[in-house]
Amino acid sequence: MSTTDTVLIAYTPDDFGQAALTHGIAEATRRSARIVAVNATRGDAYVDERHADDDRVATLEKELTASGLEFVVRRPIAADVAEAVVEAADEESADVIVIGLRRRSPVGKLVMGSVAQRVLLGAGCPVLAVKP
Amino acid sequence: MESLELLAGGLATAVTPENLMWAAIGVLLGTFVGVLPGIGPAMAVALLLPVTFGLEPTQAFIMFAGIYYGGMYGGSTTSILLNTPGESASVMTALEGNKMAKKGRAAQALATAAIGSFIAGTIGTMLVVFFAPALAGVAVEVGAPSYLAIMLMAMVLVTSVLGSSRLRGFIALFLGLTIGLVGLDLNTGQPRLSFDQPLLADRIDIVVVAVGIFALGEALWVAAHLRRRPLAVIPVGRPWMGKADWGRSWKPWLRGTALGFPFGAVPAGGAETPTFLSYVLEKRLAKKGHEFGHGAIEGVAGPEAANNASAAGTFVPLLALGLPVTATATIMLAALQGYGIQPGPQLMTEHADLVWTLLASLLIGNTLLLVLNLPLAPLWAKLLRIPRPYLYAGILFFASLGAYTANQQPFDLFLLLVFGLLGLLMRRFGLPVLPLILGVILGPLMETKMREALAISDGDVAGLVNEPVAIVVYVIIALLVVVPLVLARVRPPRKPTEIAAEMNDDDTTSGPTSGPTSKETVR
Repeated sequence: MSTTDTVLIAYTPDDFGQAALTHGIAEATRRSARIVAVNATRGDAYVDERHADDDRVATLEKELTASGLEFVVRRPIAADVAEAVVEAADEESADVIVIGLRRRSPVGKLVMGSVAQRVLLGAGCPVLAVKP
Repeated sequence: MESLELLAGGLATAVTPENLMWAAIGVLLGTFVGVLPGIGPAMAVALLLPVTFGLEPTQAFIMFAGIYYGGMYGGSTTSILLNTPGESASVMTALEGNKMAKKGRAAQALATAAIGSFIAGTIGTMLVVFFAPALAGVAVEVGAPSYLAIMLMAMVLVTSVLGSSRLRGFIALFLGLTIGLVGLDLNTGQPRLSFDQPLLADRIDIVVVAVGIFALGEALWVAAHLRRRPLAVIPVGRPWMGKADWGRSWKPWLRGTALGFPFGAVPAGGAETPTFLSYVLEKRLAKKGHEFGHGAIEGVAGPEAANNASAAGTFVPLLALGLPVTATATIMLAALQGYGIQPGPQLMTEHADLVWTLLASLLIGNTLLLVLNLPLAPLWAKLLRIPRPYLYAGILFFASLGAYTANQQPFDLFLLLVFGLLGLLMRRFGLPVLPLILGVILGPLMETKMREALAISDGDVAGLVNEPVAIVVYVIIALLVVVPLVLARVRPPRKPTEIAAEMNDDDTTSGPTSGPTSKETVR
């Protein structure tokens, strides 16, 4: 059992990911926990705008370093992004997952699915859902 | 000047609303497949071969020509914005183009590529108009032995000059020739390599081979490497160029055209060599030499022009001799055969209306490309977000549909799968696709010519070399095969350290990332 808590942040290079990051860092500071930032991609298209490229990861790492907390950045490639987040949480035995919620109409959810919903249902720990 | 009149006649035929529509469809489709790495115009034309059953030859060829030129343009977009050349001819464009894009000059890079392609394509097509009839006029006189020799030269050139490994090239060529042999011997009616299968004795449909190798092979290859880290695409607005860019671009465009056309026109086609030469030339000539390697516009303008000029050049041997030198041209030749049109020197005289309409539609397609693609560039970049499973599911659907409709034989679907697996293995072991498809299509033609020559000489082998042209061509072939071998002997192998030192001299060490899928020229 690790003595320090672990906060897992589901990061995407957009407003939602930024909101998750801000709240995640706040939460981790409150708990003086270590941070695991996860940016998952399905990796099945040539371009995925929710995948942070190397430059973006560098900025992310800078922000995390500024928080003064211990952190890890993970960039898994998996068939299901939600599953990748939950899996990372299990592996890191995270105490809380922070995700950014996007606005999605019922029809949109039916068509596109919802990563947030699947994280909420699949996670084995509390999930903090924030909006930008 | 007679050519110009004929071309004007062709233009009059081509500029009907319906034909313009086919040209537009071809150009859009070509750009679509060109933008996506791994899918090229060859695959698109192969998938569309069954369409020809319902279209007039002219319309089909107008569309195919649009796909051919569009694919070339689309490839440059991906090279510049993503640093992923979709085909080997775009590798040089990626070198400088992506650097330009990273410096925020993506719009100018795309513009110089588009306008350069247009200018090179137009000049190239005009050169075809003047050269092809002249060459065909000479070629009509050429007898079967010489024709056989010329076809043999095209095969040897394509196989040994292009591509990294001769051995791989020849393996692919002989695979193709073998596939071309399957079925009833056209002269004696004996079944060959048909394993007592009546369906095989009927000869293998070229649609099945082309679709299997290009579409199914690529789909399986992509499926085997489905998930890869996404690449960063550089956002871009509408392409445009400033006055300084025009000033720096026009000379490279013309030089690239001059380099590209001859390389396309000799039956050793392919755009790798001229694009490379153009890049090197521009680098030498550039006053701002130090800018090369950091996004010099000349390094995009020259190779792109060379690429399109060589694409235009490939129409000279295709129309005048019936000799294709690129994968796309090979499949276009198969489409011609599908219409029962015999490719060769007599094409120019027997089907003059088709040829001139095709040439006119090349000019139209080129103009359409410029008009459509300058405003649409940001949209094309969005295509890269399509998840591969959706894309390839669609390709597989059309591939199966195409293979089935060719003869409505379920057995063809089985053959399709076999060729798909062959295509996958070829990609896995780095065998180039072009020699194979060339072998499949030219093999039977070559056999016919050989039989003809031997029949004339009553079976005497000397009948194969009784024409001066044939002898000259055989000497050239011998030189082509022998000289590189001798050179390799004479020149001591270079040590890796020397090559590394040379690489450091060059400021192009950080080359483009290799295409994520098959890297051989599939255009």
